[in-house]
Amino acid sequence: MHYAALDPLLIARWQFGITTVYHFWMVPLTIGLGPVVAYFQIRWHRSGDERFYRATKFWGKLFTINFIMGVATGLVQEFQFGLAWSQYSRFVGDIFGAPLAMESLLAFFLESTFLGLWIFGWGRLSRRVHTIVLCFAIGASILSAYFIIVANSWMQHPVGVKLVDGHPIMTNIWAVLGNNTAIWAFTHTVVGSFMVGGMFLLGISWYQLWQRRKDGIDTVGADGRVVAGENPDIPGRDVADHRLWLSSLRVGAWVAIAAFVLVFITGDQQGKLMFVQQPMKMAAAEAACDTTTDFSVLSYGAWNAESCHSVHDVFEVPGVLSFLANSNFTTPVKGVNELIPEYEQKYGTTAPDGSKINYVPLMPVTYWGFRVMITLGGLAALAALVALFITRKGTVPRPKWLMVLALVGILAPFGANSAGWVFTEMGRQPFVVAPNPTGVDGVFLFTEAARSPNVTAGELLFSLIALGSLYLALMVVEVVLMVKYVRGGAASAIPELGKKPDDTDSGIKAPDDVLAFAY
Amino acid sequence: MSEFLPNLWFILIAVLWIGYLFLEGFDLGVGMHMLVSARSESDRRVMLNTIGPVWDGNEVWLITAGGAIFAAFPYWYASLFSALYIPLIFVLLGLILRAVSIEYRGKGHSARWVSLWTWTLGLGSFVSAFGIGAALALTSTGLPLDKNGDMTGGPFAWFNGFAVLGGIAVVGFALVHSANFLALKTDGPVRERAARFAWPWGIVCLLPIALWAIWLVVTSGSVLAWVGLVIAVLGAVWWAISARARKEGQAFLALGVFIVIGAAAIFAAMYPAVLPSTTNHAWDLTIHNAASSTYTLGVMSVVAAFGVPIVLAYQAWTYWVFRKRLRADIIPENVPFEAAVAPAAGTVPLAK
Repeated sequence: MHYAALDPLLIARWQFGITTVYHFWMVPLTIGLGPVVAYFQIRWHRSGDERFYRATKFWGKLFTINFIMGVATGLVQEFQFGLAWSQYSRFVGDIFGAPLAMESLLAFFLESTFLGLWIFGWGRLSRRVHTIVLCFAIGASILSAYFIIVANSWMQHPVGVKLVDGHPIMTNIWAVLGNNTAIWAFTHTVVGSFMVGGMFLLGISWYQLWQRRKDGIDTVGADGRVVAGENPDIPGRDVADHRLWLSSLRVGAWVAIAAFVLVFITGDQQGKLMFVQQPMKMAAAEAACDTTTDFSVLSYGAWNAESCHSVHDVFEVPGVLSFLANSNFTTPVKGVNELIPEYEQKYGTTAPDGSKINYVPLMPVTYWGFRVMITLGGLAALAALVALFITRKGTVPRPKWLMVLALVGILAPFGANSAGWVFTEMGRQPFVVAPNPTGVDGVFLFTEAARSPNVTAGELLFSLIALGSLYLALMVVEVVLMVKYVRGGAASAIPELGKKPDDTDSGIKAPDDVLAFAY
Repeated sequence: MSEFLPNLWFILIAVLWIGYLFLEGFDLGVGMHMLVSARSESDRRVMLNTIGPVWDGNEVWLITAGGAIFAAFPYWYASLFSALYIPLIFVLLGLILRAVSIEYRGKGHSARWVSLWTWTLGLGSFVSAFGIGAALALTSTGLPLDKNGDMTGGPFAWFNGFAVLGGIAVVGFALVHSANFLALKTDGPVRERAARFAWPWGIVCLLPIALWAIWLVVTSGSVLAWVGLVIAVLGAVWWAISARARKEGQAFLALGVFIVIGAAAIFAAMYPAVLPSTTNHAWDLTIHNAASSTYTLGVMSVVAAFGVPIVLAYQAWTYWVFRKRLRADIIPENVPFEAAVAPAAGTVPLAK
């Protein structure tokens, strides 16, 4: 046996997990915040309303702070298949590379170029073109997600291939692009990202409205309705400022609620597919050792994946598991103990190195990953609903703990997204390419056969530490910057708000020249 | 048909790498010049904003080159990236640092903050340029690969003189190319100093890349590569004449001809190998044994035929939109902002 810390496979898996989960903190915020910024900009152009101009600028600023981290960490994603997983790359290259290349050529080029145009194009492009440019960039970010999920879904459910000399060869690109796994995973992921964007708006706007009340700028009248005021000593703290945050808060709450409904529908569809496509993943998600119809609300045990006999169900809801899988309450769902022999018969019992193949994913991870995802998503939606009710009279209440709760609530959909991905990726183990039960025989790959044979544990440890510490440092920087700009309010993104009307000395410069200096 | 598509994709991937060298060449060089030749903060801001709107789009050329190699030649992608594990990790660290520095540098207001991100920007650009140069040089001269395409001999078996030469070559080229770019895109002291850097220092900076191209072309004996080399040398002469005469547009164009045709000559000299094995030439990865299936290459060809012209069109449009020269006297003052809370609330302002 290897020492766990020096097992190159384990280090490589940790590295992939850490870099990917980290990358997917920035991505959902980009996808979730982008459409909201575009919405505000369009509203501003249509109405000329100051609050929408400020919303565009302020949320756009936070968007760019976050976007760059997604770009930077996305570089690692494009390269690391070849770096640490060369056998995987050789095995899947005929199919997997195509959506990746399409992503960069058709989506990421557009996103990066047009976002540069948007950031530097204020005052240089016509308003109309400037808005269209933003819409293209946002659309490209969603298209980008589609191609990446197509690639990932092929690992979950390989389709559109034949087997030639032990390697899958693509026979039908439309089957790969139209993979039902991809369609539901893509929609689920995108609406999950919208929840991130919605809760982000809600939390920060709540903080701003709370701060206005705390500073005595906004007060509440006898009828409980807000009386918006202003404080000329603080940059940007005027009446339009109140409307900026209130609109942002309510837009955020509505987005989060609507997105949750869609998350629920798409997640249900995805789950139903997964019961058929990867039954072991779903059995492990349920900690269902034996074939059952009941949904476990709480189970515990010594969840050694090799024996499934010590799991104790504390509380189960009869019939619900069958409903999740089959839309009825009676058809039983196969448990781990029944699935193991089926897998062994189909995909073998011993690995190339002679050890016995363990087909059961790490059950505590799948079981809790699944539940954390659902719980955090549901809590966020509930919080958004409550927030809509509380703010119906135009502001937020005074208590500080509610404000803190609103800010902490920003983290919930991030956590749900991460938990969902950890569940779906670790639930696929021991496969990196899971077999398709109705597909071509032999198209699957075990994770342990996927890594680069020539890359040593030392190299992997070096890169894990180097990337990990850089990521950690950059996370601190991003959060510090976000906090700084959030606290600065609208004036942090619109410096003109900080100037007094009698400041005329800087008015000599042509505005379109000045705006070329975004950095 | 089975011959045509791998050839087409070899050319396309060469085009992507050449496009990357041409476009990011000046981005990476500007990053380094912020440390090398800037004399004041206003110089640095002028420099950074010349690449501000375009650098991110330029970087996608690298990502697309990586993705295209994966899609069209998966065995090339797998062998090259796993063999050059350590240097490519440094490239990634450099590119991450550079990207974040560009975006965050102006978002803090203290001198320490700005200086920190200037250093990371410059060093990140240097490390990425060096690493990419080393990786490309080793791609052209080969690595000790076994039958499976895996590098043998340990984590540093790739290290040799070509790696160093390639690294210096791309760093040197980026410094000259970006000096031309800055001379063309700015006015005032930055323009002046950039022109003075390009000529005469450019001659020294371009020697390593010329040496790499000449070595490869001469040893390959490919006629096409020879033709390319001659044109590239003529481009370099044209560049020297115009840089000396301070004809900024011509100098930029001429060095463009040099890198595009010169790099094309290097790819022509490699052909049909995409990654030679220095252990046994029977194990060379070539456009034949490293390529994806005809179907996959066909699909990707349709995508490229549709996508590449559109990308070229809108990237060209971006350069048109931001075609004006930048000057230090139009930099807006950096307005620090404080937390939007009442002064009476007793909170500490974040910005000084």
